[in-house]
Amino acid sequence: MNRNADLALALLAAALILGLSWAVPWLRFVMTVALAKGLAVLGILLLLRAGQVSFGHALYLALAAYVVAFAATRVPEVLVLLPLAALSAAAIGLVVGLFVSRYRAIFFGMLNLALSMVFYSILDKFYEVTRGGDGVRVATTKFAGASLSPEQQSWALLCLALVLAITFGAFVRRYLSSPLGSALSALKTREARLEFMGVPARRVLLSAYVISAFMAGCGGVLIALSTRHVTPALAYWTASGELVFIAVLGGAGSVFGPFLGALAYELTRTYAAALVADAWQMILGAVLLIVILFAPGGLWGVGRALVLRGRQT
Amino acid sequence: MILLSAKGLKLAFGGVKAADGIDLDVRSGEFLAIIGPNGAGKTTFINMVTGYLTPQGGEIQYDGQSLLGLAPRRLVRLGIARSFQLPQLFLEHTVLENVTLAIAAREGLWSPSRPLMRAAWRGEADDILGQFGLSEIADRRADTLNEGARKLTDIAMAVALKPRLILMDEPTSGVAASEKISIVETLVRVLRTAGVTAVFVEHDMEVVSRFADRVAVWNQGKIATLGPPDDVLTDANVLRDVIGIDPEVGSHAAA
Amino acid sequence: MGWLGDNGMLFGLAVLDGLSYASAVFMVAVGLNLVFGVMRVLNVAHGSLYAIGGYAAASLSLFLGARGMPAWLSLPLLLLSSAIVGAILGPPIERLLRSMLGQEEVLQLLVTFALFMILEDLQKLVWGVQPVVSDAPVKVLGTVDVPFGSDVIPFTAYQLYLLPGVALVTLAGLAWFLRRTLAGRMIVAVTVDREAARAMGINAAKVMLLTFTAGAALAALGGALASPTTSLVPGIGASTIVLSFAVVATAGLGQIEGAALTALMIGLGRSLAVYFAPEFEVVVPYIIMVSVLLVRPQGLFAVPETRRI
Repeated sequence: MNRNADLALALLAAALILGLSWAVPWLRFVMTVALAKGLAVLGILLLLRAGQVSFGHALYLALAAYVVAFAATRVPEVLVLLPLAALSAAAIGLVVGLFVSRYRAIFFGMLNLALSMVFYSILDKFYEVTRGGDGVRVATTKFAGASLSPEQQSWALLCLALVLAITFGAFVRRYLSSPLGSALSALKTREARLEFMGVPARRVLLSAYVISAFMAGCGGVLIALSTRHVTPALAYWTASGELVFIAVLGGAGSVFGPFLGALAYELTRTYAAALVADAWQMILGAVLLIVILFAPGGLWGVGRALVLRGRQT
Repeated sequence: MILLSAKGLKLAFGGVKAADGIDLDVRSGEFLAIIGPNGAGKTTFINMVTGYLTPQGGEIQYDGQSLLGLAPRRLVRLGIARSFQLPQLFLEHTVLENVTLAIAAREGLWSPSRPLMRAAWRGEADDILGQFGLSEIADRRADTLNEGARKLTDIAMAVALKPRLILMDEPTSGVAASEKISIVETLVRVLRTAGVTAVFVEHDMEVVSRFADRVAVWNQGKIATLGPPDDVLTDANVLRDVIGIDPEVGSHAAA
Repeated sequence: MGWLGDNGMLFGLAVLDGLSYASAVFMVAVGLNLVFGVMRVLNVAHGSLYAIGGYAAASLSLFLGARGMPAWLSLPLLLLSSAIVGAILGPPIERLLRSMLGQEEVLQLLVTFALFMILEDLQKLVWGVQPVVSDAPVKVLGTVDVPFGSDVIPFTAYQLYLLPGVALVTLAGLAWFLRRTLAGRMIVAVTVDREAARAMGINAAKVMLLTFTAGAALAALGGALASPTTSLVPGIGASTIVLSFAVVATAGLGQIEGAALTALMIGLGRSLAVYFAPEFEVVVPYIIMVSVLLVRPQGLFAVPETRRI
C-alpha cells in the first residue's frame, strides 16, 4: 500500500473513531486507552522486526504514567507533562538499551522482563515513595493553559491520542522503509553480515529500542491522564505480555496492526467483562489462540486478505 | 606495492593447527588464488584477515596499518570486504534489497526518514545485479534462491561495498558449470576495472589457471608453494597432495 | 553475638522459610526446564499448572476430609491429585504446543501465554475468587523444635522435612533417571538434538508427550505441596511463573541441578528480605536475575554455545 492510501485510511479510521465516540460517549475512554496501548505496541512492532521480543515494555509505559502522576500536582499542563514523561521513559530506555542491546532472543526478552519486574516491585513495595498498591491519583490538568470540563477533557485526550497515533504511525512506517529500518530487519536473519558490511548492529537495535521506549512513554502519559489513577499493575509482567499479545493480534506486518489489535483487545475486554465478569481473560486468550493458529498475520492480515479477495471477484 | 602482508600467523583450535606460521604478501591489484585440501586452514586465514578470528601469534599489515584486534566493522571501513563459503544473505529481503542495503551501509545509513530504495542507490544496485546476471531475480526473496544465485548475490554484496581488497571464499562453488567461466570473467572485469585486489579460495583449477596472477597452496596450516599458476599447477607435489593426481599413475589418486 | 544474637531467631526462621519456599519453586522450575529441553518453549502456562495443582489438592483434601478421610491420607493425596492434574492437562497442552513446533518462537511463547490466560479464568470459574485454605497435611505432621544456638525455633515438620524432602528426592531421582535409565537418556538425546535422536530411532513425539506430562505433574506437585502452607487466591499462577522464569534464567535454560541452586539462592534471598527488609521481598529475585544475566547472559551453569560461520 502506498503512502497516500495509508494516510487516507488512517484519516478515515480517525474519523470513524471520532464518530463512534460521539455516538457512544463511554467509548471515548476505551478508544483513548486503546490508542495509548497501540502506541506502546508500535514499539514492540519495531523490535519484532529485528526478531527481538521485549517482555518488559510495560516498564516504560508505567514509568511515564508515574512521572505524570507525580508531576501533575506541580506542573498541571498536559503539553508539558507529555514531553517530560515521554522523554524520561526514553532516557531510561537509553540506559537500559545500552545493556540489553547486547543480548538476543530469549535472553533479550528475559532481561527486559526482569527489569520491568524490578520496577514493579519497587512501585509495589516502597510505599513511602510510591503509595504501593493504592496507586497515585492524577491531579486535574490543563490543556494548553485552558481548564476544561471533564467532557471536554475526554475529547481533548482522544484527539491527542489520535494525533500521536497518526504521527508515530507515519514515522514508524518511514523508519521501516529507510536504510535504518532495513538494517533492523536484516538483524533478524543475518546480524553477522551487517557487521561485515560495516554496520554497527548493536547501535541499530539500540536506536529502535529508544524509539520504542519513547512511544511506550507517550502511551503511558495518555493512560495516566485518562484513567486518572496509576497503580503498580501497569508495570506487571502480564501488562508487558498484553502488549506482545496485541502486536500479534493486530498483525506485525503493518503499522495499522498495533492500533487495530489494541482496539479489538480493549473493545472485546470491555464487552466481555460486562457480560461475563471473570471470563474476559479466557475469551481473549481463546481469540489469541485462534489468531495464531489460523491467521498468523493478525487481524490486519485477515482484513488485507479479504480486501484482496474482494477485488478479485 | 604490497597491500596486505601476513607474517607468522598462528592459530590453533584445540589440538588442530589451522594456521602454523603463515607468511603471505598480497600485491596491490593482483588476483591471488588460494588452493588446498579441505581443513587446511584457508577459510581460517580469511577469517583472520577480516577480523572474525584473532590470531594467536603473528602480524597482519594492511596498507601500513596493523589489523590485529580490529573488529570486522572497522576493517570494512578500511576497505576490506569478503564473501562467504556459505552465502550469508538477508533471507527475508529480496536480492535487490540485499545489494542496496550493502550500498546503504557503504554510504552510511543513518537517516531514518529517506527510503532505502532511493533513485541513486537503486540505480547502482540495478547495475551491479546486471553485471552478475541477477537482474531477472531482483525481486525474489533471498531464501527462495538456488545455490548459485545465492553465491552470486553474496559476492555482489561484497562488491557493492567498493572495497580495495576483497576476499572470496569459494566464489564459484554451487554455480552451474556452464556459467562458471562467464561469471568469473565478469567478476574479474568488474574488479580489475575498479582496481580491486582479490584473494579467493578456489577448488576449480580451470578458474585458477585462467584468472589467477599467483597461486598459494595451503597445506596443514602452512603455505606449501607460492607462484604463478603455470608453475604451481604443474608441480608434482601440488598435483599429488592437493589436486589428487598421481603423475606417475596419471589418474586421480583421491576422490 | 551481636546482631545474630538479637536477630538469631528471625534469621533462623528466615532460612527455614526460604528453604521450604525454594523447594516449591524448584518443582515448577524443574518442570519448566524439562519442557524447555525437549520442546524449546518456555511454557508460561506452567504457572497455571502450579496453581491448579494447588487448588485441586486443597479442594480434594477438603472434600474427602469432610467425608471422614483420615488426616494422614492427605499427604499421599497430594501426590495423587498432582498426577491427575498432570495427566489431564498435560497431553492436550503438549499436543497444542507440538503443532506449533517450527513456527516463530514469539508465536510459540504467545500460545503458552494465551493458555495461561485461559487457565487463569478457568481457575476462577471452578474455585472462585475467595481464598481456599486446606492445611490438613501440615497439621498431621505437627511441629518440630529446631535447635538454633542455645535457642529453639518451632517450625512445622511439613515445611522442614516434607517439602524440602520431596524436592531433594525429585532432584536426585531426576538426575539418576536422566543419566542411568534408557528412557532418561532418550529424553536427554531429544533435548540435545531432536533430529539426530529421531534418526537414531527414538520416537521424539512420544518422548515430548511423556516429558511434558511429567513436567506438568511436577508443577502441579509443587503447587500441591505449597498449598497447605498458604491460602490459594487468583494470581498465584502469575507470580509463580515469573519467579520460576527468574530461577530458570539465572541457572541457565535446561540446567536442572543448577535450578536447584538458584531456587535456593532466590528462595533464601526473598525470605531474608521478608524478615529483615520487607520492601525488598519481591524485588530480590529479579535483582539477582538481572545481576547474573548482565555478567553471564546464558545463566550461571549453562554451557556456552559454539559459534558458527
